[in-house]
Amino acid sequence: MTDLSTDESTRVASWRLLLRNPVTVVSAVVLAAIVVVALTAQWIAPFGFNDIDVPNALAPPSGTHWFGTDELGRDVFSRVLVAIQASMRVAVVSVAFAVVVGVTIGVVAGYRGGWVDTVFMRVVDVMFAFPVLLLALAVVAILGPGATTTMLAIGIVYTPIFARVARASSLSVRVEPFVQASQTMGTGPMYILRRHILPNISGPLIVQTSLSLAFAILSEAALSFLGLGIQPPQPSLGRMIFDSQGFVTLAWWMAVFPGAAIFVAVLAFNLLGDGLRDVLDPKQRTMIEARRQR
Amino acid sequence: MTHPIVRFLARRVLYSLVVLLGVLVVVFALVHLVPGDPVRIALGTRYTPEAYEALRSASGLDRPLVTQFVSYLGSALTGDLGVSFRNGDPVTVTLLERLPATVSLGLVGIVIALLIALPAGIFSGLREGRVSDAIVRVSSQFGVSVPDFWLGILLIALFASTLGWLPTSGYRPLFEDPSGWLRHIVLPGLTVGLVAAAILTRYVRSAVLEVASTGYVRTARSKGLPPRVVTSRHIVRNALVPVLTITGIQLATILGGVIVVEVVFAWPGLGRLVYNAVAARDYPLIQGAVLLIAVLFLLINLIVDALYAVVDPRIRLS
Repeated sequence: MTDLSTDESTRVASWRLLLRNPVTVVSAVVLAAIVVVALTAQWIAPFGFNDIDVPNALAPPSGTHWFGTDELGRDVFSRVLVAIQASMRVAVVSVAFAVVVGVTIGVVAGYRGGWVDTVFMRVVDVMFAFPVLLLALAVVAILGPGATTTMLAIGIVYTPIFARVARASSLSVRVEPFVQASQTMGTGPMYILRRHILPNISGPLIVQTSLSLAFAILSEAALSFLGLGIQPPQPSLGRMIFDSQGFVTLAWWMAVFPGAAIFVAVLAFNLLGDGLRDVLDPKQRTMIEARRQR
Repeated sequence: MTHPIVRFLARRVLYSLVVLLGVLVVVFALVHLVPGDPVRIALGTRYTPEAYEALRSASGLDRPLVTQFVSYLGSALTGDLGVSFRNGDPVTVTLLERLPATVSLGLVGIVIALLIALPAGIFSGLREGRVSDAIVRVSSQFGVSVPDFWLGILLIALFASTLGWLPTSGYRPLFEDPSGWLRHIVLPGLTVGLVAAAILTRYVRSAVLEVASTGYVRTARSKGLPPRVVTSRHIVRNALVPVLTITGIQLATILGGVIVVEVVFAWPGLGRLVYNAVAARDYPLIQGAVLLIAVLFLLINLIVDALYAVVDPRIRLS
């Protein structure tokens, strides 16, 4: 009983801490808005994203075309909305992949220890020897360009990070008295994993998820910019920026708005991740509290 | 009894060699993971049975897998990375031609990053919680969140296309045309440097914060040392040790990660080479470039570790 109530009060305290930080609250609201836009893009877009209107090509932002039109007269605002949807889908699927695979590897390595740990972590070290975008490009080189490959590529690239975070956290939880007591009582490893390890490492993982979503959006945009990610006719923010290069002096809006969309989404995930870290990552949190008390 | 530094370094070298072996396995596997036949895909529309057989035996793909790996290992270690599927040029030569452009961009980028991040990070770390600290933190979050290719295009639009101060793209070798080199490297260098600066600033700041809360800084203060001396001698000097590592990692990341910036600025470096090789499905070239970048990454990490051990005795003795 006592155990439960302290659990409850820490949770409430966490939420209070989270809500007290205006930056975190604002970024959460912005992200909620982005998610709504992503889910409803087709319905709220004022024009079809591939509707060509050549007489109106390269029109500057106006009441009808909020973000102007591109070289084929397509409505940039509508295209940005639909592209955000594609971008978020790739980011969410790839990070979900990285979380599931990475956490499994990390928890098994951290909890089992021994040679399993050594082998897994050497594999992770090897993956860390490749820069992120290069590794993603290598995956694309193997499987060919496209949205599915992009998801897989980004997912693979971010798997080692989650493996490291999960391993470090489960290593420290494994030696906690309550886990050792549970082991002494003969509790099975799966139960210990579910009841003790996962809840205790969820803080750092949630923080890492938020930050990884930010980087996943950036990576997808970069791959699509290079023509290796989301393929036309599906609009993507990266490709829109690539196409804008020939028109920088004629039509600044073609480059500015898609880029700003990426920037806002990435910034919101980064700020949310930072805010969450302050509250959910116990080590960091005690540091912050210690500093406040000084 | 060998010196602790020697033992520490020996361990690090051994560890790097293990990772290098893993890297070689991954790079070797790259071409074998391609669904279908890489030779066939690489030939594309130029396919004829004769060309196919010639390329296949020239690249050794008709031999057993283990034999292939051993011979790949042997030739890679002696610097022979095979020939390009596209034009038959030796991969090693092509890579070495492209390396100077990428290295100069990486070095200019990291210098710009340090010039911004060191003062900004120290300043904000020493003023934790004040408005100036908040401004630095927000700016660094902005920098981390900007897509680098977008930043590059905006810089081109402003300084090259509109104001006409600098060239939009291209590269001049430093030793043939120093002023042309400088004019061409400013914008890509800024693009790389500003993004790296944002990341570095956060590390400098947290390193300063961490050192500032240690016992020896409190001791230095309590024995009456002037704040300037405590800051310069105790805080900044000790905070620079972890910053050294991050700078090394950043440099390595830049060298392998400038692909997009090189494409934006038509910069003839390794990144654009990889990009073109992926588009052309030139597998030996992809393998070679990926291997070279990974080796550079390991090498820089090794050098940073060595410097670290020399600078900070606590590392090598633990």
